[in-house]
Amino acid sequence: MTTPTLPPVGDIPGTPTGGRPAARRAGGGWARAVLLRLGTSVLLLWSAVTVSFGLLHLTPGSVEDSLIGMESVSPEVRAEIVAAYGLDRSLIEQYGSYLGRLLRGDLGHSYQIHESVASAIGSRLGASLSLAVASMALALVVALSLAVLTARRARWLRSLSSGVELLGVSVPAFWVGILLLTVFSFELGWFPAFGGEGLTGLVLPAVAVAVSMTALLSQVLREGLELALDQPFVLTARSRGMSELGVRLRHALRHALLPVVTLAGWMFGALISSLVVIEQVFNRDGVGRLVLNAVAAKDMPIVTGVVLLTAAVYIGINVLLDVVYPLIDPRLRGTA
Amino acid sequence: MRPGAAPPRPRGARRVRGTPGLWAACLFLGLIILAGIAPELLAPASPTETDVLRALRPPSAEHLLGTDANGRDVLSRIIHGARPSLLAGLGATALAVVGGTALGLLAALGGRVLDEIVMRLVDVVLSLPGMLLALLVLSVTGPGVGGTLLAIAAFSIPIYARLMRVQTMVIKRSEYVAAATSLGLGRPHIIVRHILPNAFAPLVVLATIGVGAALVAASSLSFLGFGPQPPDPEWGAMLSDGRDYFALAWWIAVFPGAAISLTVLSITVVGRRLQGRAEASAAPRPRGAGHAGLTAAPGPRSRSRHDERGGNRP
Repeated sequence: MTTPTLPPVGDIPGTPTGGRPAARRAGGGWARAVLLRLGTSVLLLWSAVTVSFGLLHLTPGSVEDSLIGMESVSPEVRAEIVAAYGLDRSLIEQYGSYLGRLLRGDLGHSYQIHESVASAIGSRLGASLSLAVASMALALVVALSLAVLTARRARWLRSLSSGVELLGVSVPAFWVGILLLTVFSFELGWFPAFGGEGLTGLVLPAVAVAVSMTALLSQVLREGLELALDQPFVLTARSRGMSELGVRLRHALRHALLPVVTLAGWMFGALISSLVVIEQVFNRDGVGRLVLNAVAAKDMPIVTGVVLLTAAVYIGINVLLDVVYPLIDPRLRGTA
Repeated sequence: MRPGAAPPRPRGARRVRGTPGLWAACLFLGLIILAGIAPELLAPASPTETDVLRALRPPSAEHLLGTDANGRDVLSRIIHGARPSLLAGLGATALAVVGGTALGLLAALGGRVLDEIVMRLVDVVLSLPGMLLALLVLSVTGPGVGGTLLAIAAFSIPIYARLMRVQTMVIKRSEYVAAATSLGLGRPHIIVRHILPNAFAPLVVLATIGVGAALVAASSLSFLGFGPQPPDPEWGAMLSDGRDYFALAWWIAVFPGAAISLTVLSITVVGRRLQGRAEASAAPRPRGAGHAGLTAAPGPRSRSRHDERGGNRP
């Protein structure tokens, strides 16, 4: 553990720690931290590539099998396929050429859907990205309002909202999706059941994805807010005659926001987990379904492509967070 | 936390007493565990016996939670589905705890290079979303119960490894380990008798909540078709079956989902209570610290606990 150079920010649980050394080292200047982050990112991408490659070749013969698919072919044809894809070369050689192709931006070709990996992912990215952004925005807005309105309020209000939050983190997203479909599509008919286009089709899946995120975010945010509301500066602000909401939004929120931003960033990076399930529930043709079908068919180039995409998103978000932290908390700007 | 500033908390005593929510959670978990051990005792009908004439009946006095498309009693299937679902949650968590403990010990005691390797590996795994990692594992193992367990364990191992490493690092420098070393006790003895038992308690608390997360993950995977194969009842798979009918018969999918949710909710309630108590006894803290990521959130918890416990380090 590095020595904490931050002034005590209260003991806010979830202050960026653990996987995020850059923010803690902010005393040394965050530009250096961002550079460091980029360096580790390259390492991370390379490891992700290597892990995927390892998995791809872990089971001997599996690559040919998934290339050939269901058809039974003669040994000659099989040998031809093996030769055409260079599967007869040594693993090191294959790894080398695989890395080389990746560096040139060539993600390879799907075994199953006769499309290049890049275009297969590219054509579905929009559907997934819109769902991801919509649910993230929804979760942030609802969590912010919930936390700001209920922190340090009447006891029953807090226990009610923490009960709802507990429920929210416990229910599986696919069940929420099914409940929403049952009530709002089949019973009430307000929203299209499956694969609706545009905004109306986005509402139910976005809500389903957002439920657990909202619950978690508002828990963390409320705790931060309650700690911040105990600080002396809140008393000062109140004594200046600021309204309660003003105190909360202008002063307390800023202090409570850092762990929430960390958590939200991590959540956004991990959203593909929910997308896999929710896109299946709502029959949306997105990246989640693509990777799900690819796994079922052992279509490894697609799987690898999505893994790389996710790793890249994760890295991008972390870099973004490093830039955002000092904007939220000026104390993190350090002396550099 | 200031070292040495540990006044006994009067609130601690109040916490031990259960709230109605806690009792309800314990009661429900007891029922589910009973269903897992002896489903025949609770189930009113056979979980697999089909009867086309009774297909898709809504909930009634005869079939409390209705029947599915093959005329099977939904309640009985839920009760019989408790065992595979619980086993998946417990099994995957046990695998992850064992793997995480081994890795954490290795990192903490195996020297700098090993520590660096293990922790970078942990970072890589934590940077991949859980479900994606699980799918990666499943793409190698293929569907089935074993594959699902491995897949879930794979993404939970790093969390336990991190916690174990931190715990071990702190305990390694404690006075009782120094005493044991100066008494001439062997390394294996110290690890087994001194480090493991002391490092394990927070791991168990974390694992309690982890069981809930693993259960959701397992049911998600079997919902996606990677779990136990039909006609065996399993909650996630039942939801997936019900999906085809929910315009006609909402109860087929809704009730198994409720079973999952209530089980996870109960586990979370009990787990958090345990966590609160563990934290209250470990050190005085601001109220209600730590909960956040059920799954792979790069944990605020592990570090804060490390800081507490390591507060008296040089």
